[in-house]
Amino acid sequence: MNTRFKPEQILERADGIAAHLGRENIRDSIVTALYSRAESIAARVVKQGTARQPDWDRKLDNIITSKLLGYPLMLALLGIIFWITISAANIPSQLLARLLFGLEDLLSALLITAGAPVWLHDLLLQGLYRTMAWVVSVMLPPMAIFFPLFTLLEDLGYLPRVAFNLDNLFKKAGAHGKQALTMCMGFGCNAAGVISCRIVDSPRERLIAILTNNFSPCNGRFPTLIALATIFMGGLVTSAYRSLTAATVVVGTILLSIAMMFFTSWLLSRTILKGVPSLFTLELPPYRCPRVLQVLVRSLLDRTIFVLARAVIVAAPAGIIIWILANIEFNNLKPLNFLAGWLQPLGMAIGMDGYILLAFILGLPANEIVLPILLMCYLSTCTLTEAGSLADLSTLLIQNGWTWLTAFCVMLFSLMHWPCGTTLLTIFKETRSLKWTLLAAVIPTICGVAVCFLFKQIAALLEVI
Amino acid sequence: MGLTRASSGLNALRESFISLNASSFLIALAGNPNCGKSTVFNALTGLKQHTGNWPGKTVTLARGRYSYRGLDFTLVDLPGTYSLLASSVEEQIARQFICFAHPDVVIVVVDATCLERNLNLVLQVLETTPRVVVCLNLMDEARRKKMLIDVPLLSQELGLPVVPTVARDGEGLEKLKEIVAAIAAGILHPAPKTVRYNQAVEAAVITLEKQLQPLLNGHLNARWVALRLLEGELSIRQELEQHLGLALPQNVIQLKTKKGVSA
Repeated sequence: MNTRFKPEQILERADGIAAHLGRENIRDSIVTALYSRAESIAARVVKQGTARQPDWDRKLDNIITSKLLGYPLMLALLGIIFWITISAANIPSQLLARLLFGLEDLLSALLITAGAPVWLHDLLLQGLYRTMAWVVSVMLPPMAIFFPLFTLLEDLGYLPRVAFNLDNLFKKAGAHGKQALTMCMGFGCNAAGVISCRIVDSPRERLIAILTNNFSPCNGRFPTLIALATIFMGGLVTSAYRSLTAATVVVGTILLSIAMMFFTSWLLSRTILKGVPSLFTLELPPYRCPRVLQVLVRSLLDRTIFVLARAVIVAAPAGIIIWILANIEFNNLKPLNFLAGWLQPLGMAIGMDGYILLAFILGLPANEIVLPILLMCYLSTCTLTEAGSLADLSTLLIQNGWTWLTAFCVMLFSLMHWPCGTTLLTIFKETRSLKWTLLAAVIPTICGVAVCFLFKQIAALLEVI
Repeated sequence: MGLTRASSGLNALRESFISLNASSFLIALAGNPNCGKSTVFNALTGLKQHTGNWPGKTVTLARGRYSYRGLDFTLVDLPGTYSLLASSVEEQIARQFICFAHPDVVIVVVDATCLERNLNLVLQVLETTPRVVVCLNLMDEARRKKMLIDVPLLSQELGLPVVPTVARDGEGLEKLKEIVAAIAAGILHPAPKTVRYNQAVEAAVITLEKQLQPLLNGHLNARWVALRLLEGELSIRQELEQHLGLALPQNVIQLKTKKGVSA
């Protein structure tokens, strides 16, 4: 056959044959043939040994994903992880603080002998070093404990089970069940979470997943949550229950944030992103024994050190700028005070203050630098002469008017505010739309402001402050 | 190993780890979700792509490089799929890469503990190209489950080289590299045994195959294209029409842009 056919002709021919045989019949016969061939090869190649192991995978799944025990187990697991983190981080935190503040005297002596002027001495030590010492001792131990624990759960294969448990809720919210997986990914990093939303096929549901991903706290926000809960929430009860209370508060705020995610997903799917949730099959992967050593090394290097390094590297130059803004004067006005004063009314209305709001705004590049920036703001404006331990950190915050409600509102706002710069950039890249990127920033911010405002009002009404 | 630095933060924005090198061989890494594909990828390239025990975490085409006996290889980690025939995003990405990017070798990673389901993908891949090697991964789990797998028989049934591996311990990876190099360099020529369909389909395929061959010029496997045209799956048909240089019909273009905007 030497005649060359044009593509159109061949397509027509194919359509003709297909119409004659019936597309469905063709597809059926192809799929059936593939499956039966795979089956026959596998049957001949695989020989099951005599000692068949008990099917403990299935049994475990029946418990973990059961209607009755699924949710309590999930909550308990989350609670236990935070409880271990908080109670085990306490002592290393104290030790680190003692070590780092011990070094401060040495550095001070060094600077003085080197002939550094007083302003430089104060800037470097009181502005920079002190903040860093606190941030490192408050953030490093919890991260070093929390991240490996969480990674172990991921390696074990627990996350798909979480997705399985939450599937029904997502369906009710009008979202895709796979959003549970993108949400879990967001627990590590929201930028990665937003990218993982590509696994959601329908564009409508993918957008919902992208817009609400920021409600999962990322690596950069966990340390802030844990640190604030440890400092403020433990103080309400006797020391025996301190870690437990702090862990409960952390879990509670995260649950609230996830509840907001469901709510906004539901709202979006009823308003601007209307539609019916599509079905999908979620496969539960086998449980696999995690590689403990590798998990330890990777979560230490890639998460703990990375997050901490960014907190220090980005916050250090910011600290210098803040110090300068706090100490120079324009027309008898110090710029930092002016900015914070301008934000003060809004900050107060939602249970925080102007400096906290300013720190959140300046923390746009990365969430882990919010706390360091805030401490620098406080340190550069008030004269705290004694700073030698972790306890002085809470003194500093209390001096600046903090109560447990302030800490609680900061935790809530940390969970619900605009995504970090990287995540916004990723959202723009994924949606190619300024509108959706803006919405992704506006939605959580509105939620955060509303929730904090509500809590502040309720607390005032009940006169618990 | 969980989320790594290479897969979070600003790095999450990068589509690939390295740029394509013209002088190196292009190797595609395909497989079902959760068969340890990313672990094989990391073990071969020494990179730290995010691995986690859940399906669907690889959504980008992670690219890495390794060299073996002086030859350069660029490895592309495809999203995990059960099939190449449907229209989900993962399957589209995997199919387009295997069929249209012309990799020198396709490694299909297979979970040894559920061979039957995994073979479905192998059978589909070997319809598109003979340059395939099967990486029979998770052999340690198969051994733990007391499963005995007759590797030579499997290799014979498929007409493809099969390498048993335990990727996370590095077991069998040297052998895998050796086979990949042999296929890429044209020393080894696998002769896959393609699946035979019922008579009516086979007859139609033979007619179309003959007409397609001069048109495809060896760029695509004519038998595969014939089968897909008969099946008529919309997204594959569009890809093929584009490949054959046909303008898209007006209504299809509308459908496409609509999909993009209503997003």
